[in-house]
Amino acid sequence: MPALLELICPAGSLPALKAAVDNGADGVYLGLKDNTNARNFSGLNFDAKSLAEGIRYAHGKKVKVLMALNTYPQPATLARWHQAVDTAATSGIDAIILADPGLMAYARKNHPNLRLHLSVQGSATSYEAVNFYRERFGIQRAVLPRVLSLPQVENVVKHTDVEIELFGFGGLCVMVEGRCLLSSYACGDSPNTFGACSPGHAVRWQQTPKGMETRLNGVLIDRYADNEKAGYPTLCKGRFDVQGETYYALEEPTSLNSMEMLPEMARLGIAAIKIEGRQRSPAYVAQVTQVWRAAIDAVKKDQAAFKPNPAWMAQLNKVSEGSMHTLGAYYRPWK
Amino acid sequence: MNAPSAPASQPANTEKSRLALKDTGPSGHKAGATRLSLGPLLYYWSREDTLAFYEAAATWPVDSIYLGETVCSRRRLLRLPDWLELAEKLTAAGKEVVLSTQTLIESESDLKALRKQVADGRFLVEANEWGAVRLLAEQGAPFVAGPTLNAYNPDTLALLGELGAKRWVPSVEMPREMLAAMAVPEGMETELFAYGRLPLAFSARCFTARHYNLQKDDCQFRCLDHPDGLTMRTRESEDFLTINGIQTQSAKVMSLAHRLDELRAAGVDILRLSPQSTRMGRVVEVFRALLNGDIAAAAAPEKLDKLMPGQPCDGYWLGEAGMAYRPT
Repeated sequence: MPALLELICPAGSLPALKAAVDNGADGVYLGLKDNTNARNFSGLNFDAKSLAEGIRYAHGKKVKVLMALNTYPQPATLARWHQAVDTAATSGIDAIILADPGLMAYARKNHPNLRLHLSVQGSATSYEAVNFYRERFGIQRAVLPRVLSLPQVENVVKHTDVEIELFGFGGLCVMVEGRCLLSSYACGDSPNTFGACSPGHAVRWQQTPKGMETRLNGVLIDRYADNEKAGYPTLCKGRFDVQGETYYALEEPTSLNSMEMLPEMARLGIAAIKIEGRQRSPAYVAQVTQVWRAAIDAVKKDQAAFKPNPAWMAQLNKVSEGSMHTLGAYYRPWK
Repeated sequence: MNAPSAPASQPANTEKSRLALKDTGPSGHKAGATRLSLGPLLYYWSREDTLAFYEAAATWPVDSIYLGETVCSRRRLLRLPDWLELAEKLTAAGKEVVLSTQTLIESESDLKALRKQVADGRFLVEANEWGAVRLLAEQGAPFVAGPTLNAYNPDTLALLGELGAKRWVPSVEMPREMLAAMAVPEGMETELFAYGRLPLAFSARCFTARHYNLQKDDCQFRCLDHPDGLTMRTRESEDFLTINGIQTQSAKVMSLAHRLDELRAAGVDILRLSPQSTRMGRVVEVFRALLNGDIAAAAAPEKLDKLMPGQPCDGYWLGEAGMAYRPT
């Protein structure tokens, strides 16, 4: 039977992995402790020992482990990405999530039985692009960027054999993933090559007479009055001045929450729902996994009657960035 | 055709490439004459202004001109037949014409437009996402691999070569050392974004419409009012980014004119100049004078700064923040 609405949860650490597994994830995704994945933050991710333990724990409870190798390898350090693919293949990882076609070719050639997923960082938004990776490298699943409306997603699903995975909840990239260089423009490190957006080393918080200021490599991303809660200076979620008006020019500090669209996603045959947040705590992962497990079970039981439980939504809002959520591009007027 | 530079384009470790950059000037470089291209128009101008721009461009000393809408499918004042007509005229004027494809493909109608563009077959096509690559490879047509294909390593570049790429444009964030270490397949040309506001990000959301509290589907084509985009400043009035519909650009203008020797040493064959609404012809003239040796590289910033719609930057080339600027 084809996969339907598998719940794929973030594992930024071994405790987070266990929290996801214990609370009902069908799969977890993780990365190694370097720039081969797009959550290259200090204190996160897995080394050989925690990887082995994580895989043992997850497989013991019949939960899949996916490895994100979704940054773009570069000439001087290409061997690091190749080694990471080899590590995944020999350690029992269920699938690797890749963005770079060159790396897919390497994986395909050297580990033909290793299951390949196309990362959201691969920026594939059409079935022509998805089918390219299918034909060339035999990818089995693609994670779509958070830019398509649901009817547009449906059109992709209709024209490909590749399983489609969608983001369900968590931090919201307002830009097409893999096509955003705002971070490297401001501070030199981009998600594509360095594996992080608005990285911690470039961030400064400073209390000033005008309020709390957050900066990224010196660029003022936002300034908060005393009664406002200061947020992390992700640069697309700051307040800027355009023609004399100061506002969230690109996007508010908000999270994606597509739960109310679950019945529609089930109808389209979406293979998996991804929860963002490898940088979040195990407690967060536990809570979000639990709520989404309940929601997906409810949808699978009775699509027509499904309604997001207000208690679930309240729980999710509590942990959302800025305590707000949006349907993002799935809902056309957001665009 | 330019052969890619032998010293710079062979697989090299970083240390070796660094030395090459330091020691190899244009005289030690066997590539043919560096050429100039006019990149695709990233903004939305009236039909009259667009046609007038290209009428003028036909007389500018550029070798190649990229045509077509790469940013937003709602910008339809010029449709494919108009671009093709323009392409014929510019070809007759001695220019190599390349048709650029849309970067973000969302709908079936986007795909339909893409298929038509690819099927025409008269002109070289620049593929800006992998769906276009698939269509071009199926057709066996040579193509230009655009900057948003994210070719950051020799394996991906080799794959593009197998698929039919005869030229590639590195991501605008690629530093010189990475470029110098790329093994460029035999016969493939390297074109680098060398002048203009940097296209940094694409979104499903239209930020120009958002600024005017309009929905994208009813944007009233406000981009027409902003021929060089809308400047986004920080709360302390520093020009930071430029809003251009669904695209976000830098507010600063990337300029690598003063680094011509380094560009040549890294194997760059073609310098891409990105259109701006005023003084573009003069920008082209400065670059041409530079390539001809009529002005020194060190003298370029002084001439170009006056022609730019913003402050200059060159940080990406140096491996620093893109907005940084180090006029040697």
